[in-house]
Formats: sequence, structure tokens, C-alpha cells
Amino acid sequence: MTKEQTAIEAFNVSRSFGGVHALTGASLTARFGEVQALVGENGAGKSTLIKILGGVARPDSGTIKVRGEDVALSGPSAARALKIGTVFQELTLFPWLTVAENLFIGTEPRGRTRLIRRRLLAARAQDVFDQFAVRGIDPRELAGSLTLAQRQMVEVTSAFLHDPEILLLDEPTSALAEHDVAWLFALVRALRDRDGCVIFTSHRWAEVSSLADRITILRNGTDVATRSQLDESEAVTLMTGRTIDRLYPDRPATPRGTEVMLEAERLEGPRLRGVSFSLHRGEIVGIAGLAGQGQRELFMSLFGVNRVSRGEIRVRGVARRLKGPADAIRLGLAISFVPEDRKTEGLMLGMSVRDNLTLAVLARISRGGVIRRSREVAVATGVIDRLQIRTRNSAFQEVGELSGGNQQKVLIGRWLLIEPDILLLFDITRGVDIATKHDIYKLLAQLAEDGKAVLFYSSETEEIAKLCHRVLVIREGRIAAELAGEAADAESIVAAAIRDRHS
Amino acid sequence: MSASGAVGGWEQPPTKRWKQSLVQGSPVLLALLILVTLMVLYIVLFDAQLGRLPGLFEWTSVVNTGLPTALVAVGQSIVVLTRGIDLSVGGIVDVSNAFAATHIHAGAGSMLGWTLVILLYGAGAGAINGALIAYARLQPILVTLATLSIWQGVALEVLPQPGGTIPTTYTNLLANPNRPWGLVAIGAVALLWFVFRRTSLGVNVYAIGNDEYAARAHGIPVRRVKVATYALSGLLAAAGGLFLAASTTGGDPTEGNTFVLTSIAAVVLGGVSFQGGRGSALGALAGAFILTILVNVLFFANVNPLYQPFFQGLFLVIAVLLGSLLGRIIRRSSA
Repeated sequence: MTKEQTAIEAFNVSRSFGGVHALTGASLTARFGEVQALVGENGAGKSTLIKILGGVARPDSGTIKVRGEDVALSGPSAARALKIGTVFQELTLFPWLTVAENLFIGTEPRGRTRLIRRRLLAARAQDVFDQFAVRGIDPRELAGSLTLAQRQMVEVTSAFLHDPEILLLDEPTSALAEHDVAWLFALVRALRDRDGCVIFTSHRWAEVSSLADRITILRNGTDVATRSQLDESEAVTLMTGRTIDRLYPDRPATPRGTEVMLEAERLEGPRLRGVSFSLHRGEIVGIAGLAGQGQRELFMSLFGVNRVSRGEIRVRGVARRLKGPADAIRLGLAISFVPEDRKTEGLMLGMSVRDNLTLAVLARISRGGVIRRSREVAVATGVIDRLQIRTRNSAFQEVGELSGGNQQKVLIGRWLLIEPDILLLFDITRGVDIATKHDIYKLLAQLAEDGKAVLFYSSETEEIAKLCHRVLVIREGRIAAELAGEAADAESIVAAAIRDRHS
Repeated sequence: MSASGAVGGWEQPPTKRWKQSLVQGSPVLLALLILVTLMVLYIVLFDAQLGRLPGLFEWTSVVNTGLPTALVAVGQSIVVLTRGIDLSVGGIVDVSNAFAATHIHAGAGSMLGWTLVILLYGAGAGAINGALIAYARLQPILVTLATLSIWQGVALEVLPQPGGTIPTTYTNLLANPNRPWGLVAIGAVALLWFVFRRTSLGVNVYAIGNDEYAARAHGIPVRRVKVATYALSGLLAAAGGLFLAASTTGGDPTEGNTFVLTSIAAVVLGGVSFQGGRGSALGALAGAFILTILVNVLFFANVNPLYQPFFQGLFLVIAVLLGSLLGRIIRRSSA
């Protein structure tokens, strides 16, 4: 590989999945010694293109060239033989194998008898982690017990382990906290400086502009432009075909003296060490902090998924013991989680968009226990329009066929339908494209104006700063700081999140 | 902890190695524990009934009775580890049993030759299952239910009613009633399992059971591995049929039926997850002998043979309940 030589190319590549055109004549050229970003809305075909280049999907038509030569990638091993490494969007770790076993799958250390030396696995894995500066992950642990960020880091490490010359990363940062993103970017830059070629996708513009030497924009399955210089608003126009003048809507007026909807007092439980706060009608309160400081656990406890060992939760002033999510829903709470692992949490992938949307409100659209189909379709179609969920044939498409961001919208839509008074929104914009984010921001402001109380966590601090009335910064299971109004800008939030606890 | 020190969350103390192996190995440990408990119970009841301890003959009989089930269960567990199921083992046991009883005659050539032919048949029959499942993408339960019936029919064609003979030398080699040579076979299976775990095939079986999509993304030849697992299961079922013929010194073309459910029960008792990707064939091996000794225990506890299935079912539920409880406790305490 030499600098500026063509590394990997796609010409006029098309691919359909069961009648859905994921790619229609997309082309891409990536060079050695460069980092190329692939951007576009959810469902624009980024993941499909990465899968084709990585050898797990085959194009219906079009050609792929690697180092200038036509190739037909018969599978991931063929891609690997060409020194192509891939981190797919759906994580591919085996949950009941150890981290070490996962890291070396297919390349296990072997003895003279060609048998795998299982005893060596953990030590070798630790060496690899040391080499790549990965800390805090025990190679002997089962992969399934890692946090999502840790799993993502293991995937990335295992892709780098095979010494790729061409590296494909599909949304590698969506699960990572800022500090881990810096770690990943250092690895990517080092590879580029060794004249490697990196193609990555991301919905965070800051990452794209800081890392990419060249940006290719996909829209509706084709590439619409490739630039080396591009500003965000132009990118958004190219991606969506419409102009979004301001990403963040006006913050609704701060409610004064409205009813307290949700209160927590000295909440203790898994990873929570005495959390107290109150949430008022019409208010958006942000929960911030570094990843894994107890934010997720707080949401789980408030929704009755995790047991609270001490402390009190009051809904509209009345102390409640939540035995499960059903209790919480009855009291008017709704929670929206980004599926930690998009494959499993929350949605029934084999069922239709309609079935998934109306699941929590079946009683309302039934008569005598029998679901009225016409009502159901009307209700589902309403949500699909309101959230602009991209489906092929209306409400009847299987959720599993939608792109990741659109699956997330279905999840949000389900909770909007039960018309809750209190919304617990956990990282709902993760992995969502910019136009959809804009839609979600507007929705959030609208909900607050309608008098809902919203508790909002996001892995992007900027969002919290721009959308929330008040921000609670969590550190090690405690509320470390409360910021409001002008004081709650992104810098102050980050500063409060990382401040040493001894100072 | 400084803010820059931890990657992906709080820094956690490295988990103790023995705790990890306890979490992963707890199902096998539990199966062995149940096995030992039942053995003690058997000894006590035997002594209470007959006024003496069970001797070499009794233990040899336990080994010889349990061995066919154990072999079939080990094969079954490999298939279950890939998230499949093999019901056809019953039919394959029948055919191999019927062929053994009608074709094996005294003489080294006949014994060795037919043993090889029958084992090859088992592997081939399994490979057919595997091909239909992996390449034609049919449901494992459907395919193996169909081939179960087919092989049962073939067995009746070969040996229409119980009968046939097995040369005494053959019986003495595989299922000697006076010396527990069967233990050698058990040891060999256990040893082969340790080897299997250290081959690519072994790793791939676990990977596929964990997540088939991920396995494909890692370039694992999913379809070939599946064919191999069903072929292994068929091979072990045929071996089970041979040991069965040897210990009963004759053939019964319908005896294999019981192996369908006992092999599955042994897999469950051994802690192999039907979700795939978790467990060990050693557990299934222990599970098979648990079921064998349980029959003896019930016999010496003077349980009316008519009610035996009732107690067997009760035992199965309690054992599995115990297993899941224990697993939860261990996981919580090491979390």
C-alpha cells in the first residue's frame, strides 16, 4: 500500500433486501493514507455498503475493486484475506464466550498438535489490551456481562488485531463515551499515518469533521457527493434534501411553581448512592455525566425495573413502591430506552410496525377484548406520520426490516401513544441521523409545552445543554452538581462531570 | 479513580479466576453433585434391601446400561450447543441395533467390518439431517422428526421383531457383564471432548450457538459446521446402538424410541442450554448416568414400576429447578 493509491472502490453497487432497495447504484472510492467518512440519514444505505465491502453481503449488481483489482468477496474471510477489517454496526461478540475467546476467534494460539491452547488465551488477550491501551476489561469475563461501550471496544480491538490495511467502521462511536472516542480516534489516526485506509460512519458531525480527510454523502441508496471540505449545514442539505436552519428549537419557557410530578429522595439501589431531585410539570431536566456513572440505573429504578433498596419515589406527591414497569405505566410514567443492543431490547423485530406501536395501548383500541383493526391502523399511521418513520408499505412492514434509526422512532412512538404525564427518555437520539434528531428535539419541546414532565439523558452533552431547563450531573451514583439556565452550557457540564471528587 | 483512568465505566477489580470457572462450570458441577448423591442413595437403599453393598457386578451393570444413553446424549448435546435438536437419534439407534443383531457374526473381520459400516451409516444419516437443515434451511425439529420415522421404518424392515444374536466376544468387548470395560469408553469420550473443545470445530459450535449472525460475520463456515455436528450426533447414536446390542446380546428394532427423550433429558440435566452456546457434553454424560441410576434407586425404593415415570418426571423438574436457582445465586454473588 502506498499513500494516495486507491484502496477500495465500489462502482454502481445496488442491493435490495426483500423488495427494499437499500442501495441503488452507489459508488465510493477510498485511498490509502486517508480517512473517509460515510454520512447520510438512517436508511440511506451506509450499513449496507459497509456490509458489502466487508464481505457479509453480496451486491445484486455493481463491482468492487480492492487495490485496483476486481474482487468478488465470497465472505468475511475473503475480505480478511485481503487485509480488510470490519466493525459492523450490530455487534458480533458471542455473549457466552469469554472476552479472550471472542478476541481470538479463528486465530487462537495453537500448540504443536494444532490444538488450541486455551490456557494461553487470557494472558494473550491481556497483552493485546495492554498493547492497545484498553483498560478495565477482564479477558476472562463473559462478553455478555460487559457494558455496551466495553463490548464496542473489544470489537474495535479485535478488528485492529488482524492488522488491517483497510478498516471499515460502522458507527463505531455510537456506544462510546467521549474518552473512549478519543482512544478510538488515536488508533484510527495511527493507522492512517501508517498509510492505511479507514472508512467510517457517524451521525456526530464533530467527529466527521475532525477525523475525515474526505466525506462521501449517501442519500436514498446512492452517493450524492464526495468532498474534502464541507460544513455542517451543507452536509445536512445534501443528506436530507432540505435545509435545517437551526438544529435546536427554542427552549420552552421555564415553568414557575408548577406541580411537582416526580420526586426522588435519597434513592439507593444498584449504582445509586442517594439521589434526590424533583421534576415539575412542563420541565425538561437533563441527566448528565460520564458514561456508566449510574444514569442508566437511575432510569431503571424510576421505571420499576431495578429495585430501590432505600429512599423514596413520589409520583405527584404520593410515595410509591414500584414493583415493575407495569406499576410505573399505570402511574403515568413512560420510559424510552435506546436499545442497548439494537437487536434485542424493546422491539419485537419479527412483528409489524403497527403491532409494535400499539402494544402498550391495546386496551384503548379494543372493544370487548377484540382489537379493532381499523382503529389500530389509524393510530399507528398517525404516529408514523408524526415521527416520520420511514417504512416501505405503511404500518405493515416488519420492524426488523427498518434501519436502526427508524426502529428507534418506533420505540419512541410506542411510549407517546400511551400519553404519559412523565417521560423518562434515555439516550433516544443515539445513532439517529441529524434530520431525525431535529424532529426529536422539536417533539421534546412540544411535549414540555403541553405540560409533560421530561427526564432526559443523552450521551451527547451538547443536546442536554441546549434542550434542558435544568441539568443534574451524576458522578459515581451521586448528583455531583446541578446547573440551570445560562450556567448549563456543555463546557460547564463536562467540567462538573470530570471534576475530581476530592477537590 | 481519576476521570481519565477508566475506560467504558467504573474500574472494577479483576474477577477471581476460580469464580469465572465456577460460573461457567457450575452446570457440570451440579450434574456431578446430583450423580454422586444418587449413587450414595443407591448404595444406602441397596444395603437396606439386600444387606450388602452393591458389588462389581452391580456397578458394571449400571455402566453398561447407561453407556448407550451417554453416547447418544453426548451427540445430542453437541447439536443442542448449536441451537439445534436431533430427534432422529432414536431411529439411528434402531437401525444400528437391528443391523448389529442380524449381521455381526463371530470372527474379527465380521465384527470390525460391520462396526465400521454401522458407524459410517450413523455419520451419513446425521450428515443428511445436517444438509437438510443447513443447506435446505429446514427446521431441525421437523427434519429430524421425519428422519426418525424413516429410520424406525428401515429398522423394522431389517429386523421385524426383537431377536437376532450378538457374538459373545463382541458383548465381552463392548459390554462385559463382569468387568466395567465401559469405563474405558466413558474415559475416551471425555478425553475426546477435551480435544474437541480445542479444535476449530469446537470453537465454531459454541460460536454458532451464541449468535449465528455474528458467527457468519466472523467468517465461520456455519453450514459446514452444522452438517458436522449432526454427523457427529448420528455417529454417536450408531455407537450407542452397537453398545445397546452388545449389552442386551440381541436386537430390538423399537428400543431406540426411548433414546429420543432420555438423550434430551440428559442434556437438560447436564446444564446444556437449549438457547445454544452454553454448557458442556460432560454435563450430558453425567446426565445420562443420573437417569440410569435413578431407575435403580426407584427400584430399590420399592416404587411400583407403573409409577416410575411419574417420579422420574418429578425428579427432572426438581433437578432443573435446582440448577437454575444455583446458577442465579452464583451469578449474583460474583456480579
